[in-house]
Amino acid sequence: MPPAVDDHSSGRVPPHDRVRVVEVDIPSDVNLIERVVELVRRECEEMDFARRQVMLNVPVALTEALSNAILRGNGDDPAKHVHVRALVDPERLIVEVVDEGPGFDLDHAVTDPTAPENIDREDGRGLYLMRKLMDRVERVEVPHGSLVRMTLRRG
Amino acid sequence: MSFSIKKEGEVVVVDVEGQLIVGNRQELKQKVLDELERGEKKFLIDFSQTGYIDSSGLGVLVSLSKKIREQGGELRLANLNDDLKTLFELTKLDTLFQIADTRDRALQSF
Repeated sequence: MPPAVDDHSSGRVPPHDRVRVVEVDIPSDVNLIERVVELVRRECEEMDFARRQVMLNVPVALTEALSNAILRGNGDDPAKHVHVRALVDPERLIVEVVDEGPGFDLDHAVTDPTAPENIDREDGRGLYLMRKLMDRVERVEVPHGSLVRMTLRRG
Repeated sequence: MSFSIKKEGEVVVVDVEGQLIVGNRQELKQKVLDELERGEKKFLIDFSQTGYIDSSGLGVLVSLSKKIREQGGELRLANLNDDLKTLFELTKLDTLFQIADTRDRALQSF
């Protein structure tokens, strides 16, 4: 059987043996969000994720998750930390955000921010955007904190 | 993010340079409210240099829209790239704001 030909020159087929991991730990400071987002975004770009995913889905969903972790989970307490672990491979991005808070019920927060009675609210769009922009959003029980895991299939 | 504010005719034009997100959206809100308080009524926010906006950035825009309207003023948004347009469509905020493709069209629409 002839060997499979890996055509990396097409620009849309990433090397199959590549897995990239980004792992950072930050104090609760919203000004650090952009830097963390850039680290993850860059890996997705290197792994040839679709342009829309690199420019919109990943940065916005991850910003929301980090913002929630810092402001809600950790109560904006700089002594508390947020741990981020992102795994990027040719199939998908999986990013986990862990804060030190008690966690919140992902389903409880769902009122539809696009409903007419909610459209001019200032708040309430964060989780909605995470769910719309990522393929999967899960909350996982961990000791001493709360973990949110988001998955995005490479497009 | 940084932003610059200038007057073009009767319109206060704000250029948002960079992302509009949780760490910086309060600054934008305050600067626009300061202008509103000074009696300005027409506002245009230009996003040609903005990559992405998060929910708190959207929230500030919603809040400004309301406050400007309450004072009898008008707000336009201009130069949303395709990704930003998608964001506004996903959240149905494209129905709340007056969005123009170009700065000139926005200025002419007042």
